[in-house]
Amino acid sequence: MRYVNGLECRECGQAYPAEPIHVCEMCFGPLEVAYDYDAIGNAISRETIARGPHSLWRYKPLLPIEGDRIVDSQAGFTPLVRAHNLGRALGLRNLFVKNDTVNPTFSFKDRPVSIASTKAVEFGFDTLACASTGNLAGSVAAHAAKAGLRACIFIPADLEPSKVVAAQAYGPTIVAVDGNYDDVNRVCSEIADRHRWAFVNINLRPYYSEGSKTLAYEVAEQLGWRAPDHVVVPIASGSLFTKVWKGFRELAKLGLVPGVTTRMTGAQALGCSPVVTAFDAQTLTVEPVKPKTIAKSLAIGNPADGYYSLRIMKESGGVACAVDDGEVVEGIKLLARTEGIFAETAGGVVVGVLKKLAASGQIDPDELVVAYVTGNGLKTQEALAGALIEPIYARPSLRAIEEALALEAPATASVA
Amino acid sequence: MERQRMKFTFPPDLVTQPVIYNMGKQFHVVTNIRRANVSRDRGWMILEISGGEAEIQRAIQWAKEQGVRVDPIEGDIVAG
Repeated sequence: MRYVNGLECRECGQAYPAEPIHVCEMCFGPLEVAYDYDAIGNAISRETIARGPHSLWRYKPLLPIEGDRIVDSQAGFTPLVRAHNLGRALGLRNLFVKNDTVNPTFSFKDRPVSIASTKAVEFGFDTLACASTGNLAGSVAAHAAKAGLRACIFIPADLEPSKVVAAQAYGPTIVAVDGNYDDVNRVCSEIADRHRWAFVNINLRPYYSEGSKTLAYEVAEQLGWRAPDHVVVPIASGSLFTKVWKGFRELAKLGLVPGVTTRMTGAQALGCSPVVTAFDAQTLTVEPVKPKTIAKSLAIGNPADGYYSLRIMKESGGVACAVDDGEVVEGIKLLARTEGIFAETAGGVVVGVLKKLAASGQIDPDELVVAYVTGNGLKTQEALAGALIEPIYARPSLRAIEEALALEAPATASVA
Repeated sequence: MERQRMKFTFPPDLVTQPVIYNMGKQFHVVTNIRRANVSRDRGWMILEISGGEAEIQRAIQWAKEQGVRVDPIEGDIVAG
């Protein structure tokens, strides 16, 4: 059964066949997958979804996949945690955390890359490629390995070696480009234009980005088929933000949730907050910035979907909010210490923003709020340097340890 | 003949300047504007520039020197 009508320009509506293209030839606007929702509605129900696999593939009719062969890393269907402890700390009585730190390569990127790698196989590409400084690189390399595709990852040459190890393990070709961030950006755009490679976030972008919708589907299903009152989503390019919104709206269109009144709030780090700056200035024009923040996974200075994210905030009644690097670290610690979830810096941004908005009353204490935590803390351990409680060093004797921990010997100590 | 699709972002002091006209006069490139949004204090433009490869690079370099920010139309591709 085919559920995809083709691609459609988000700006001018021009229709295209479902091919590995991403830009409208008329107006150079971004292309988006267009679905046959009547056919999808006939194919899925809450029951068919419930019988599906415990991964993002349970929503396959809502994803732009046309063949039977999927590149399955078992990504998705991650826990939605009722965050009583964090909620108490922030004064929020109905708080949930979508814990996407537990995906196969430890970030939400496994969702879009599952779709992009499956499409790369469908389209007959032999090389899966991306430009990345972290999460995306690892996910692309892992999915290429699983799919039997060649992987080619582009990084800026001055990237710290520790950042690339998590991708190197899967055996990709890594090209360290001798240039600054803008040079890498430009050259990858040119390579994607000229060579027949599957660049996940360039020529496969319309398909790739659809994978992020599953973060909305899962939350709605895990809440018993309802959309939350308010979500806090980290913003880098803005793609995730727009797709979470699209996901909720699709569920409403298909009658799987009663309706969507979700307020969409975007979270950025102050050192790279072009969307927040535009929101505060009440404009839809995003001025590019040079990123300077510890939240590297959100360090996109010229976000492709910034404009669309701002429109969604306006439409949904959400806000945009930024926190500084100190608040990011505090956010990571607060989440770890209240819920036992160790998030990377983007998670610290989300928790920091949650805290700020709860304190200022912009989140109602009784709203059903979902905070999206999208990557694992083991990826950005250096962010916590000097911010944690140091170990207590002690000699290997009972007395030394009792002294070090200021423990008093029990009054009725017995010897076994 | 090369073609490059770019996004130009103009700072406030360039909004009233004929930057695209001057670029076409100084370099052998053809500019084809597909979408744009210009207000009193800011502006962006999505355009195609055609010409010899080296000439396009020279034209873009000149635009940058004038203060225009030049990006691929895809926005930032290097993801974290």
